[in-house]
Amino acid sequence: MSHSHDQHLYDNYLSRVRREKKIVLTWQIVLLIGFFVLWEVASRLFWIDPLIFSSPSQIINLLIDRFSQGSMLNHVQVTLFETIVGFLLGTIFGIIFASTLWFSNRLSNVMDPYLVIMNAMPKVALGPIIIVALGPGYISIITMGAIISVIITTIVVYSAFIEVDPNYEKVLKSFGASKWQCFKEAVFPATLPVMISTLKVNVGLSWVGVIVGEFLVSKEGLGYLIVYGFQVFDFTLVLASLVLIAIFAAIMYKVVEKVESWLIKHAT
Amino acid sequence: MSYLTLNNVSHHYFTKKGYTKALSDVSFSVEEGEFISVIGPSGCGKSTILSLVAGILKNTAGEILFKQKPINQSGLEIGYMLQQDYLFPWKNIMENMLIGPKVKKGNLNEAKETALALLDEVGLKDEADSYPDSLSGGMRQRVALARTLMTDPNILLFDEPFSALDYQTKLRLENSVADLLKKHHKTAILVTHDIGEAISMSDRILLMGQNPGTIVKKFEVPIEIRNEIPFKVRRHHKYQSLFDNIWEELNKNEAVS
Repeated sequence: MSHSHDQHLYDNYLSRVRREKKIVLTWQIVLLIGFFVLWEVASRLFWIDPLIFSSPSQIINLLIDRFSQGSMLNHVQVTLFETIVGFLLGTIFGIIFASTLWFSNRLSNVMDPYLVIMNAMPKVALGPIIIVALGPGYISIITMGAIISVIITTIVVYSAFIEVDPNYEKVLKSFGASKWQCFKEAVFPATLPVMISTLKVNVGLSWVGVIVGEFLVSKEGLGYLIVYGFQVFDFTLVLASLVLIAIFAAIMYKVVEKVESWLIKHAT
Repeated sequence: MSYLTLNNVSHHYFTKKGYTKALSDVSFSVEEGEFISVIGPSGCGKSTILSLVAGILKNTAGEILFKQKPINQSGLEIGYMLQQDYLFPWKNIMENMLIGPKVKKGNLNEAKETALALLDEVGLKDEADSYPDSLSGGMRQRVALARTLMTDPNILLFDEPFSALDYQTKLRLENSVADLLKKHHKTAILVTHDIGEAISMSDRILLMGQNPGTIVKKFEVPIEIRNEIPFKVRRHHKYQSLFDNIWEELNKNEAVS
């Protein structure tokens, strides 16, 4: 009797949770559709200048057109490739730098002011120099995508390294562990969750670096399309590229989120 | 001939703001198979002694000898148990047990058998594949104890290993530690601020004073209660008189400083 009563209460709770979820989802869809409908209507009725703000229907037509010609796919692939590689390099090198700093106290003391400066500096300002040094191509753009996240990764991961409870090292040292063994057995695995959470931040940063890089190099990619569209006053192209960036950035973020939860489950 | 000897050992902690003399002229010796407790007010440098014997810190003066040789040349193996279990949460119980042999690059297959035998002794054989966070505080501390025994250490160092546990668990764990040490004929140094714990577990008790940390008095635990299990010791009449003695001495020292 009481058990079925408990079950009943629990079912009520579940249905309330489900209802709330439905309401939130409904509002999200309403906002999305409302936004595009309002945009379309505003553009058609000349509330906003269709030459500057374009309209969803024009954007969709342009996308269908360009994708069927095959040119758009190439731009998307280039940007995606650069972003993913830049993101991976930034994260990996950040972790390697942080580990180096952890191994040498003196090095980390020496580097401290430089890290602060490098972190404070807007990395995209290095763009022209990178392009001159590495040539106007993939390498420069990937470097931009990596450099923008590498310093902050170094700082965040290094501070996570030194915050690991020293007693774990004490346990290992009582068995005679070397510094490398302490790192491998305690410091690194203990900070894995922090490293994984920097992944999410770095995805966003890499997009910024790559798009700015493409602005500057102006050869191909979605960043190039934005700059090109701006120069020839084709704002439908600019907005179409923005929509694509939003979609792919969101997908990449979701993928990283999935990887994160998988890693946390399996590696910790 | 003593097993472990500390001769006029001192230790300083240096910071930018200055230095503190944590230990001053500490001398004592430990015989093989003996259980020594070090008690005193917090901050008197009790734990520093353990870190020095473990070789994690280097004493700034004096010498620490194991079998008449300086500890870093003597092949001294240490088992160190801390206030909390410090089991690695990302390793399961078996992997935690194998940390010592892994660090020492020993034979892991043999070590696995040793680990199972030790887990059996502390009553946790079935938990080998569990992760630390699914175990209770007392169970985890038992695993930590078993882990310190994995490398067959010459001396076990206990740094208030029972202080984070509830009273009942603590009493039970005291019994199993005493039992296990006796079975394995281990030499041990226990740091604690619990007088009762010191009396019930040890053969000798060193009382430390503060600022700088030094040994102010040594007590022998009466022979009648030395070999009793800790729980029974606490009900022995000799326990109470020694307790009062130490209590008085502790208060005397605190009044001075």
